[in-house]
Amino acid sequence: MKSRVLNLVLKRLGIAVVTLLIVLFAVFFATSMLPGDTASILLGQAATPEAVAGLREAMHLNDPAILRFLLWLVGLLHGDLGTSYANEMPVAALIGGRLVNTMKLAGITTLLSVPLALTLGITAAMLRGSVYDRTVTILSIGVISVPEFMVATLAVLLFAVYLKWLPALSSVNEAHSLTDLVRIYAMPVITLTFVISAQMIRMTRAAVIETLSTPYVEMALLKGASRSRMVLRHALPNALGPIVNAIALSLSYLVGGVIIVETIFNYPGIAKLMVDAVATRDLPLIQSCAMIFCLGYLFLITAADVVAIMSNPRLR
Amino acid sequence: MTMASTASPRRLFLGHSYNLVGVVAALVILAWTLIAILAPYIIPHPIGDIVDDDYFGPMRQGLWLGSDYLGRDMLSRVLMGARYTVGISLAAVSIACFSGVMLGMIAAVTGGWLDTCLSRFLDAMNSIPSKLFGLVVVAAVGSSIPVLILTLAVIYIPGAYRFARALAVNINTMDFMTVARVRGENTAYLIGSEILPNIIRPVLADFGLRFVFIVLLLSGLSFLGLGLQPPLADWGALVRENIGGLPFAAPAVIVPSLAIASLTISVNLLIDNLPQKIRDRNA
Repeated sequence: MKSRVLNLVLKRLGIAVVTLLIVLFAVFFATSMLPGDTASILLGQAATPEAVAGLREAMHLNDPAILRFLLWLVGLLHGDLGTSYANEMPVAALIGGRLVNTMKLAGITTLLSVPLALTLGITAAMLRGSVYDRTVTILSIGVISVPEFMVATLAVLLFAVYLKWLPALSSVNEAHSLTDLVRIYAMPVITLTFVISAQMIRMTRAAVIETLSTPYVEMALLKGASRSRMVLRHALPNALGPIVNAIALSLSYLVGGVIIVETIFNYPGIAKLMVDAVATRDLPLIQSCAMIFCLGYLFLITAADVVAIMSNPRLR
Repeated sequence: MTMASTASPRRLFLGHSYNLVGVVAALVILAWTLIAILAPYIIPHPIGDIVDDDYFGPMRQGLWLGSDYLGRDMLSRVLMGARYTVGISLAAVSIACFSGVMLGMIAAVTGGWLDTCLSRFLDAMNSIPSKLFGLVVVAAVGSSIPVLILTLAVIYIPGAYRFARALAVNINTMDFMTVARVRGENTAYLIGSEILPNIIRPVLADFGLRFVFIVLLLSGLSFLGLGLQPPLADWGALVRENIGGLPFAAPAVIVPSLAIASLTISVNLLIDNLPQKIRDRNA
């Protein structure tokens, strides 16, 4: 039956590729809806009509939209992301370092939030109905129900204003020692960890509770297995698929989270770059950033689906 | 969820029993709705008037919630903010759920290529992160109330579609649907009289959840400066313009945040405490 799983996974990957094309198409058209003529905006008010016409020709703006889309796509495949309108630099050069910064932020958050959320989620499910479980549940509902910027402002209020442990702003350039590094990453990472963990805790708790209500776990209870053995040996291996699925889905919330967090804490990542690009209406830069975000998001939700398929024993 | 199982049913209304948490949550939502409708008549000062010599003033008599970064009355601004936050979100969620649910039911009843194409396309739309979609649209067409409502609606149509379609597909396999088809009923009748009455309750619960998502996204966009533009201000924009008061823990930055939280947490709690019969997703 291995081939059936393989088929399903391949089908899912095929859907992901088609989705990616549609998404690229949507991003391209959303950004080319900008009112006003790009060439005349670029050249300013003093430009002669001939100069505008020449630039339109050079930028392929007279070609039909579908042709421009294909040209853009071919450029992407060659690694050519275009040139920024705002400062004439290649987009790839602008994005490079920023992307690394964002990946660092996302990586540290993941390393911190996954173990934390799994521990809290699983223990809450084991002690279902206890004061501990209710506290965890209410806190996670609370964090999910408020906007990310509120978690961030509360964190600033607590750690930077009242306790004065950490600086409110971060800038990666100043890191000279380990303590500097901790001080810089702490606030953004704490905020993101809260946002991501709340989702993950809820989903993990639900997955474990569902497994705990199955007949074979009841059987383990009846034969006298201890509570921890019941959960760790009997329930967890079967809840593993849904849990990994929950992790991948929660990590996709990082995409929305970094946009807010990088803006608030002035973190020099790719989301901050994109928000700034929106302010200056720098289309090639917006297109490329949007594409990178969609790519990451699509990768995570596809991974979640593939894990769900692979972990279904009925297909094995 | 846990509260639903412990708090005992308190009263009967429309044939369902409700518990205390649900009732309190419903009252909070009702209060914000009334404020959103009545705001222009109950605000103590016009929202643009500078009434305090000091900025980020504390709470005191006459200025119950202090003053903002220009010395304007915060209470009036929060009450008017309710109008924009609740109004825009409600309009957006209504459009999103109406279109999503209609398309979902049509896809489930019709099936075939229409179903496949719609599902593929809307799934792809769903793979665009919502904040990113908002950013790109605002970059392209600028920000105004109609644009915001439509953008928020478009972002949440795929979710509403997926939810309604899944429910409708289940109903579609029932015997009474086969009977209705054999009777020769048309699609409009099948959707309106056979499917909708059977999925309306979970759809309404989903409406509430989606309302919360939209309030959060709208606040997030406004906080980034991409939502409502000054002089209008919803709650997210109020937090943004008063963020300078954060180091002094000014009420001007805390109150709008609390307003958002009270609304979204209430809707979540109300849905969690609805009688099982209403929120049962398997209908």
